Amino acid sequence: MSVFEELRKIIVEIKDIPEEDIQLESKFAEDLEADSLDIVEMLMLLEEQFDIQIPEEEAAKLKTVQQVVDYVEARLNA
Amino acid sequence: MNGKTVLVTGSSRGIGRAIALQFAREGYRVAVNYYDSPDALPETNQANLQQAEDVLQEIEAAGSNGMLVGADVSKPVAAQSMVDKVAKEFGQIDVLVNNVGINKDQLLLRISDAEWEDIISTNLSSAFYCSRAAVKYMMKKRYGRIINISSVVGIGGNAGQVHYAASKSGLLGLTFSIAKEYGARGITANVIAPGFIQSDMTAGFTEEQKAKMLSGIAVGRLGTPEDVANAAAFLASPGASYISGQLIRVDGCLSSL
Repeated sequence: MSVFEELRKIIVEIKDIPEEDIQLESKFAEDLEADSLDIVEMLMLLEEQFDIQIPEEEAAKLKTVQQVVDYVEARLNA
Repeated sequence: MNGKTVLVTGSSRGIGRAIALQFAREGYRVAVNYYDSPDALPETNQANLQQAEDVLQEIEAAGSNGMLVGADVSKPVAAQSMVDKVAKEFGQIDVLVNNVGINKDQLLLRISDAEWEDIISTNLSSAFYCSRAAVKYMMKKRYGRIINISSVVGIGGNAGQVHYAASKSGLLGLTFSIAKEYGARGITANVIAPGFIQSDMTAGFTEEQKAKMLSGIAVGRLGTPEDVANAAAFLASPGASYISGQLIRVDGCLSSL
């Protein structure tokens, strides 16, 4: 499963919204109505899924689905 | 068995033991944490283990089962790995009772830095470390009960207990904030403030001290560890699911504090 697909699954789980609503350009706060705890939970689940650690200063910069996908993919390819 | 699990810190004796046993009687699987530290004397660790084993036997006699987890929960790494171990063994932590506590009465002017650190880290930081670790598991299940054991002196203060009272006040803010942060995730957090409870901590009082103490308690007796355990079990029960961010005094209506 791609990072995008995995992330979509996690967001559906947390926010209980239709998968189609989650696009690469979706902004967490504005488009997906995710609050800070939703985002922390999402990152926590991603960390577990991909066995990575996302430092707080990096996490704070991740505002869109695309940014998270890019970040995780870069980490996995590093 | 009710299918639920509980971890009680500092439950080899006193109030923690009573809480562990009450939960066992109500069908919870119980993780008994006792003090075990590489810094302590081997005979101290051994004595604590012995007490914890006795508690586990009583849990089994009550028809439940459980596990022993030795750890110095005042240390972040030890607390984290203890919680992970319990979650792995039980599959889930439904209830966390942050009960562990130490006390060493001393006037402010005579409290050393080391005593301050020791009491704050054991009574307050431990609850932070264990809650942080447990909330991760609770959040995933959208269910959790955090119950912190404070003290009436955390509300009113007490001469000779600056460090102890400060640590117990700290538990109030910790509890109320967790309740607000995780309420939407199915996690409740409440805090119990026991008054004068019969335990190792009050065993050393003189008759005169006891008489004076009793005169300020409306119900006319010292509390028992079971009185506190009953309140904890209630807060964990399904009927208490709408009670969160609350402080419950279990003090027999104590007028002085």
